[in-house]
Amino acid sequence: MIRYIVNRILQGIPLLFIISIILFVLMMNMGDPIATMGGRSITRSSDRVRLTRQLGLDQPVYVQYLYWLIGNDWAKIDLDGDGIKESNGTRRGILRGDFGTSLVNRGKPVTKVIGERLPNTLLLMVASEIIIILGSLLVGIYSALRQYSILDHTITALSFIGYSMPIFFIALLSMYLFAILFKRWGLPYLPTVGMFDPQVGKTTAQVLWHMVLPVFSISIISFAAYSRYIRSTMLEVMSQDYIRTAKSKGLPRREVVYVHALKNASLPIVTVVGLDLPLLLGGAVVTERIFAWPGMGRLFLDHVSRLDMPVVMGILLLIAVAVILFQIVTDIVYAWLDPRIRYD
Amino acid sequence: MIMESTSPNQLVALNMEGLDTPPLTLSQLAWRRFRRHRMAMFGAIVLALLFLYSFGGSLVLSESYANHTDTSLRIMSPSAEHLFGTDSVGRDILARTIYGGQISLLIGLTAVVIETFMGILIGALAGYYGGWIDSLLMRITEAMLNIPEIFLLIVMAKFFGGKIPEIEFIGRTFSGSVIVIVVIIGITSWMYLARIVRAQFLSLKENEFVLAAHATGTSNVQIIFLHILPNSMAPIVVSATLGVANAILAEAYISFLGLGVQPPTATWGNMLDGATNYLESAPWLWFFPGLLILLTVLSINFLGDGLRDALDPRSRAI
Amino acid sequence: MMTTKPVLLEVSDLRTRFHTPEGTIFAVNGISFRLHEGETVAIVGESGCGKSVSMMSLLKLIPVPPGEIYSGNVKYRGKDILQKPEEEMEQIRGREIGMVFQDPMTSLNPVLTIGRQLTEPLRTHLGMERDMANRRAIELLQMVGISDPERHLQDYPHQFSGGMRQRVMIAMALACAPSLLIADEPTTALDVTIQAQIVELITKMRDMLKMAIIWITHDLGVVAGMADRVIVMYAGYIVEEAAVDDLYDNPSHPYTIALLEALPRVDRRRDSRLKSIAGSPPNLLVEPHGCPFAPRCEFVIERCRVENPALENIAQGHSITCWVDVKTGKPR
Repeated sequence: MIRYIVNRILQGIPLLFIISIILFVLMMNMGDPIATMGGRSITRSSDRVRLTRQLGLDQPVYVQYLYWLIGNDWAKIDLDGDGIKESNGTRRGILRGDFGTSLVNRGKPVTKVIGERLPNTLLLMVASEIIIILGSLLVGIYSALRQYSILDHTITALSFIGYSMPIFFIALLSMYLFAILFKRWGLPYLPTVGMFDPQVGKTTAQVLWHMVLPVFSISIISFAAYSRYIRSTMLEVMSQDYIRTAKSKGLPRREVVYVHALKNASLPIVTVVGLDLPLLLGGAVVTERIFAWPGMGRLFLDHVSRLDMPVVMGILLLIAVAVILFQIVTDIVYAWLDPRIRYD
Repeated sequence: MIMESTSPNQLVALNMEGLDTPPLTLSQLAWRRFRRHRMAMFGAIVLALLFLYSFGGSLVLSESYANHTDTSLRIMSPSAEHLFGTDSVGRDILARTIYGGQISLLIGLTAVVIETFMGILIGALAGYYGGWIDSLLMRITEAMLNIPEIFLLIVMAKFFGGKIPEIEFIGRTFSGSVIVIVVIIGITSWMYLARIVRAQFLSLKENEFVLAAHATGTSNVQIIFLHILPNSMAPIVVSATLGVANAILAEAYISFLGLGVQPPTATWGNMLDGATNYLESAPWLWFFPGLLILLTVLSINFLGDGLRDALDPRSRAI
Repeated sequence: MMTTKPVLLEVSDLRTRFHTPEGTIFAVNGISFRLHEGETVAIVGESGCGKSVSMMSLLKLIPVPPGEIYSGNVKYRGKDILQKPEEEMEQIRGREIGMVFQDPMTSLNPVLTIGRQLTEPLRTHLGMERDMANRRAIELLQMVGISDPERHLQDYPHQFSGGMRQRVMIAMALACAPSLLIADEPTTALDVTIQAQIVELITKMRDMLKMAIIWITHDLGVVAGMADRVIVMYAGYIVEEAAVDDLYDNPSHPYTIALLEALPRVDRRRDSRLKSIAGSPPNLLVEPHGCPFAPRCEFVIERCRVENPALENIAQGHSITCWVDVKTGKPR
């Protein structure tokens, strides 16, 4: 089992390497970062040249990639442009945890820029994922057990709509209903922007209250998709021979469903859900934008538009690492659940 | 031998063999299964109506009318004159949803052409040749899958943004951003299809008809395109159909974020850009294009689901 | 004679249908039979003749929908069990009536240990604690001939061979010492050498536990050595029912005759060929009209095509559904 885990982690490394190359090449060609740096206009060409050298932009792409990856403190670089490499580099490279400094917030380390926003995004993500998993298990199992009932048909139709719903549309609709119309009707209404009401301050209750609509918007699509998937998986498992065996032994229905069926159904469910969950971060980009939530998604949008490559690369790599980690965890959980793999 | 079983589906299969009626061809069977799928028929009809709306509508309202601004008519709520109201510069929203629909639907369809082309090419090469080609292509596929599509779209939109000039097509001017969007949606969405095609090729290439083709000296290209590919069409068609829905959504997301198709060319997505500012004061600004996107995506999903049941009954939806 | 023993199970006019998108499947079309305590009855017929479905219906193991037990009643020890609520059915399944299925590779739950699956009926029906159930499970495994049973309790089904899994299935079905074992083609999926061992094991267990057996099979050859009576089914109907020797010596339904002719036998003359049954199996999607075997029957007369004969006694303990006397080829 331990060998299996180590193997899985080793397999993730070349993948990250490929991802980083693809992203780096894209980044390099996106535009002139100096032109938009820090919001100040840099007009003097001597400044430009100096900055270009400072950032290493005068180097060929593979050298830039190398410096970005493993740093340049071991190499001499030419800062004054006289063709002689005299100064020591200062970057330590992402492999040693140095993601560089933001171009927009001059001198601020990328890890700090992202670190300030990450908890806010995680707050939304974790809440959404808990709701998605518990909710879709509940709905999926329920409608599988009552296949073809009126409620099952209703759930199926609703899940199609939920699955087809663009996040911004459900966000706008729910804002309009729960914030604007509820306010108009004199009902308790939900806030639509930010994490808390500045006049009240950042209390737990305030943040929870402000989370309701964004979490709802992020959850709805995956919730609908997983409910459908769990339903069809449960239906398939319930028609297996070993379920018939369990029933023929006279086991109570709840044991047949929640032990014999669910344990088998959980194998494909764990795979799909585990691989999908980190991709929910995509939904965060749109959701955070609409609800003015100060998270990583909005950070990404802001910094892409200003070509702040170190921050953008940092976020993308963070996501890639998260996805790969989730894959590894998923594989381990799967192996732990399935004796056919565990005992190999 | 045929196993005895109580599963009703297997009973059907057993008994279908004994039917006295002449056997149905595969396509007849598929059509029967599809027709029985009520939601799929519903999807097909709604989709046809949406196409009629977008393309038939342009016979009634002209494009110059859709792009005509009149600041004296800013943010008018729906009325007999302007059924869906007007936007922040006084353009008629009904007319813009018609022309926006054309672009959104066209983007969906053309992006899927690119997606399918790339998916088939990469999946076929990987599945057919195997070895290091397979490893390399599948690692790249995996790498692309590891970043949520919206992030790739944003980065790509920035990467290609402004690099393509306006183009003239069938007498109309399209913003170059339309091409950009089509291309970036295509090249960020082929990965699932590539995996499906690869799996098909892996299993089909060992089949006897392929081995026979090898034996008679058929070239690899011919085997790939004339022997294996036609036999893997069912999952490709299903995946491509669902791909149209995803492409339309992708366009909507990226345009909603202001990085997509640039005005004055309207799309359902860019009509929503800035809608949050008018959330309360002018809900018609975002309601109609949003509803049209939802209807389109929903009906394509219904259609795709029906196609899956009809063409590829063993596979399962997520 | 068996008939002196009390009746254990009485099935009358059982009908089961499946409502599928292709139409309604008439799987079981009104079967009636009796089973006495300790008696072994074999139900024989081709795949899809409704023998498994009818046994599944007894225990209400049919998925509803699409299945539907359309009519009939099943009396177990004089009580109608079909009408009982699900909870009471659960008391009967596994405790009173055990069941062994055809394919041991798919009939055991792949993600639960053998021990867990084996102790479940003990804990559910007999209220045993874990330790006691484990000890009993070890005894059961020993009984069905699995060596080193302590070690195997922690194993998973994939670590077992097909024959071993079927032994586990048998141990599981017999865990609560049921009065009736329904064995649904328990040897079909196994190698020939293993088949004989499983037949022998079940016969041994029958004698030990004094239980009745309903043995479902499509192979008349297996039946000869162990069954007291044979019921032949075709297209969801019982077509012939007789004591086992009587059936072999004096088969009276054309379908039974055809089945016996299709059977390889050592006592048959070398030059006589094995016969297969002409025509294709019946289409269960149409409401039966006339005798279902008529299209394939070599004795067919006009009446067969319009009217389905009822089960009729032709001798002591021997009944058939046929308009024709096969000895003369004339209507009876």
